Amino acid sequence: MSSASEVADAAERKDVRGRWLLSLPALLIIGIASVFPLLIVLVYSFLKPGSYGDVVWQFSPDAWVGVLFQRDIFDGTLSIADAHLSIFWRSVRLSLMTTVLALILGFPTAYFIATRPERTRAIWLFLITIPFWTNLLIRTFAIQEVIRNEGVVNGLLMKLGVISSPIQMMFTDFAIMIGMVYVYFPLMVLPLYASMEKLDFRLVEAGYDLYATRLKVLWRIIIPMVKPGIIAGSILVFIPSLGAYVTPRVLGGGRNLMLGNLIELQFGQGRNWPLGAALSITLLVIVMAALLIYVRKASNGGAHHG
Amino acid sequence: MPEKPDRSAIEIRNVSKIFGSGDDQVKALDNVSVDIRENEFFTLLGPSGCGKTTLLRLIAGFDFPTEGEIRLHGEDIAPLPPFKRPVNTVFQNYALFPHMTVAQNIAFGLEMLGRPKQEIEARVAAMLKLVKMEQLRNRKTSQISGGQQQRVALARALAPQPKVLLLDEPLSALDYKLRKEMQIELKRLQGETGITFIFVTHDQEEALTMSDRIAVMSAGRILQVGSPWEIYDHPAERFVADFIGETNFLTGTVKEAGNGRARLLLGSGAEIAASAASDFKPNAEATLMVRPEHAKLVKGKGDLGGTVQNIVYFGTDTHIHVRLDGGEMFIVRQQNARSAGCGFEEGEKVGVSIGDDAAQVLRD
Repeated sequence: MSSASEVADAAERKDVRGRWLLSLPALLIIGIASVFPLLIVLVYSFLKPGSYGDVVWQFSPDAWVGVLFQRDIFDGTLSIADAHLSIFWRSVRLSLMTTVLALILGFPTAYFIATRPERTRAIWLFLITIPFWTNLLIRTFAIQEVIRNEGVVNGLLMKLGVISSPIQMMFTDFAIMIGMVYVYFPLMVLPLYASMEKLDFRLVEAGYDLYATRLKVLWRIIIPMVKPGIIAGSILVFIPSLGAYVTPRVLGGGRNLMLGNLIELQFGQGRNWPLGAALSITLLVIVMAALLIYVRKASNGGAHHG
Repeated sequence: MPEKPDRSAIEIRNVSKIFGSGDDQVKALDNVSVDIRENEFFTLLGPSGCGKTTLLRLIAGFDFPTEGEIRLHGEDIAPLPPFKRPVNTVFQNYALFPHMTVAQNIAFGLEMLGRPKQEIEARVAAMLKLVKMEQLRNRKTSQISGGQQQRVALARALAPQPKVLLLDEPLSALDYKLRKEMQIELKRLQGETGITFIFVTHDQEEALTMSDRIAVMSAGRILQVGSPWEIYDHPAERFVADFIGETNFLTGTVKEAGNGRARLLLGSGAEIAASAASDFKPNAEATLMVRPEHAKLVKGKGDLGGTVQNIVYFGTDTHIHVRLDGGEMFIVRQQNARSAGCGFEEGEKVGVSIGDDAAQVLRD
């Protein structure tokens, strides 16, 4: 008996060591690719900027002060950095609007695909993902071609006589939002589709049978059941939108900056790496906070429903 | 049995349903007409693919008939969407809402009807009591057993007090013992609520034990409508006799017919007279049907001669397989007594006696 348990103990110890060894590659990759670079960013944010980019190895909280405040060049007093705040606010606002619009468009799209016969579903999904295989920059310029003053939309509307002069769409927040919805649309549709595909449509029939109208069935049965897909899709669209760089750069011009552009500016023309690093971490914190709120709300909602 | 009013709850008039189009067309229902009476336990019985579930879905409103009318208390409901029909369904897999509790599931229909909160609460409590599930009202539907889910599905469908309750093979997922329990339970609920039940099943035993009347379906048509007794003892067609219970079939030619009776000449040369389900002309091919428990085995000469081939003991009764002189197999069922065996031995020459009322002549 005792020898048997000893053997079992030894096997278990070996098992534990084996598990550690097996997880080592993953731990190494996480360490090198995620933790280490983040540490560099964090350290840089507490240093002084060099005159030609790079950093001077000297501790300074200036970059962190600069995230929210600006120093008057004459008397050195601090005031709120309106420019930064408005960029934060624009980033969050545009990302939220992008997420909502992508959800409004993506939900019926995913529902449509999920209710097709099984053999045609793959084709629809394929069509949704095709734009993803094209270079982001090219796709963004393609949108520019559609919405610029001499572009397809304005040209068509003017030809039809709906408008007499082109509507200014380029270099507006609207353009950025349209661009981001277009770019991140598949990230909304795919998780939505994944949860709708699992939806038991007999439950929908049961809803109709119990006097629920189409709208009530949507609200009381379909949406609660595909909620995981809604949450996943929204997170997948909101987070990259918040840090988007190419889309606001091309479609928003130089005037409508988002957080990604502001950060790029510090590492480029601004030659203020510590501020760029501090802004990057700020973005990270905003994303984490948004995620945390979402997850908490989602799990609360789940508990509420039973 | 209490007297049932004879008014129709549901009238199905010349209903056909065709699925698909062109070469893929499938005729699921072929000109079906039937009346289902108020406060009746009515069963649609048939093998899978016979159209019974399609007919149920047409009544519920999930599908619409290609042709024909469906009347509920005289009003044509065929064009109405399901949420406008005072009809509720118990689904085969229950289709309970997994994101709601037991009580929320039961309240759903009433909420959708816009009933006041107090009424809903009272009704949910009454329903929970009716199906004996008061203890589990706040459980999620995934946390209760199959039999309990069945009860919740019943309570949910009964809560809005529908005119007609549709049940789509609701007991098929339960094990044997639970199924027996639920059969009695369903019968009790039907009696207590006074609601017309339309029950779909492929299980003939279930149909016989629960129903007031049964419609036997095959290949999109209704072959016979009648009480369990009529269906079992006076089947209209060979398919009905074959589908319900065990039956001996012997083929032969009609010698003479008339007055609801026919005399049949069997292959072995024996002649047997029996009641006839339809009119026959002399020399027509016909089938003689004898239930195993209606025939008697005798020592010596009976109506048919044969040899005992197999004796199968079933506890309550014994099945004796007889090879008839004409070559066909014939099964006789004898009720067992405690003191003695069945009285026959394998290989013994015996006679099969078919009483005057034991057999029926059927169309082929």
